[in-house]
Parts: sequence; structure tokens; C-alpha cells
Amino acid sequence: MNPFIEFVVASLIVVGALFALLGSVGLARLPDFFTRLHGPTKATTLGVGAMVLASALYFTAMRDGVSLHEIAVMMFLFITAPVSAHLLAKAALHRQRREADKAQ
Amino acid sequence: MKHRLLPRPALSVTLFLLWAALSNAASAGMLLLGALLALLLPHIVSSFWPDAPRLARPSLAIRFAGRIAWDMLLANWAVARRVVGPVSALHPAFVEVPLDLRDPFAATVLGSIVSLTPGTVSIDVDRERWVLQVHALDAPDPDALIRQIKQHYETPIREIFAC
Repeated sequence: MNPFIEFVVASLIVVGALFALLGSVGLARLPDFFTRLHGPTKATTLGVGAMVLASALYFTAMRDGVSLHEIAVMMFLFITAPVSAHLLAKAALHRQRREADKAQ
Repeated sequence: MKHRLLPRPALSVTLFLLWAALSNAASAGMLLLGALLALLLPHIVSSFWPDAPRLARPSLAIRFAGRIAWDMLLANWAVARRVVGPVSALHPAFVEVPLDLRDPFAATVLGSIVSLTPGTVSIDVDRERWVLQVHALDAPDPDALIRQIKQHYETPIREIFAC
């Protein structure tokens, strides 16, 4: 494989892993549910984005033809990540309200 | 006015491209199957989308997607720095963004974009008051955040869907 492509693939994997790690660090460090929600929803955008791009580049260089599975993976993630974050946040808000009602 | 054969041209094109990406091979049979799916699926799901807005300006939509990608890169960096930095310096806040758009589908698109750009997660779309409730990881100035969401994302979305 071309050393230049090898270098690009390696850097993309490292960047992706780094942002996935930072998402987990956020999950561990941030103080409450709503701030913690930011970590994992964000790790998907740049972390997975970079890794998926690396995969597309690698398999395009290794085999004949272009590898485009990865674009589909990215699209599905970008459509579903906001939905799950939205539902988690809504559920948390609902529980908070119920507990506030009970306390009164 | 609805086209009988292609009720949602944009959805058909997306489905076809997605199929081509998934099958990863440009053989004639696979492309034919993809074209068949792109023709049939919009008819099957049309009852779930009674009145999706028309894509009024496709060229603007493509440019807008490029800008969102760039915003995501910048904002990922900003959030990464905040996560590593001192937690006590953060100003998390619930922010209510009053909306000018009046279309459920456009509101969903806006909410998803707000969730995907780091630092903000959309919590709820209130369709009675037309308010988007957002949680921000670090918003020392909530008014600036509201202005930014409205200018950067809501205005283009309203132009794209003409709503």
C-alpha cells in the first residue's frame, strides 16, 4: 500500500479513537445527567466519522473498486444518534418532574 | 401537486444511493434491484409522512450540509477541550429557542442538527408554543446561543423547505 495512504489511514484511526476516548472521559467526569449526555452523543460524530473514513480509504486502496459501506454506516449513525439522545433527555426530564411533584 | 410514479423524488434518490453504497458493487443486477426499491418504498411509507415539506432549494441544502460538517469539526474540538478542562468552569444551561418555522418535519431536522453539533442537545420540540428546548454544555451567554442557532441553522432550513 502507498505509504502516504497508510499514513492518512493511521492518523484518522488515532484521531477517531482519541475523540471516542474523550467522549468516555466526559461521561466519567461531568457532574450530572444532562451534561453527561453530551459526551457519548458527540463521540459518534467525529470519533466514528474519522474511523469510518479510515475504513473506507483502507478498503478502497486494498481492493479493486470503491468501498462505500462506510458512508451508509455514517448516515445511519447520524440519523439515530440525535433520536436516542432526545429520548434519553426526555425521559430524564419526565422523571425529574415526577420527583419534584412528589417532594411537594 | 404530486407525481404519481415518484411521490418523493429526494427520498427515492437517497434510497438508491444508499442501496448502491450498501451493496458495494456496481453490478447491473444490484443497481436494478436498488432502482426497484427506490421506486416502491416511497409508496409504502407515504402514509407515515402525510405532509412532508417540499425540498425547495436542493443546491442550498448541499451547501448547508457542508457547513454543518465544518461546524461539527470545530465544535467537537471545543467540547473536547471543555471535557478535559476544569468541570467547575462550565456553565450548563437549559435554553429555550423560540422558533419561526411551523413545520414538524423541519423542526425535527433542526432538532437533529442541534443534537449533532457538539455542546448542545435538543430535549424537546414544543409544538404548541413552537419552542425548541436545548441543553447546552457550556453557555455563559444563552442569548448568543439562541441567536446562533436561529441564524446558523433555522434560517437556512426555512429557506431550504420554504416554510
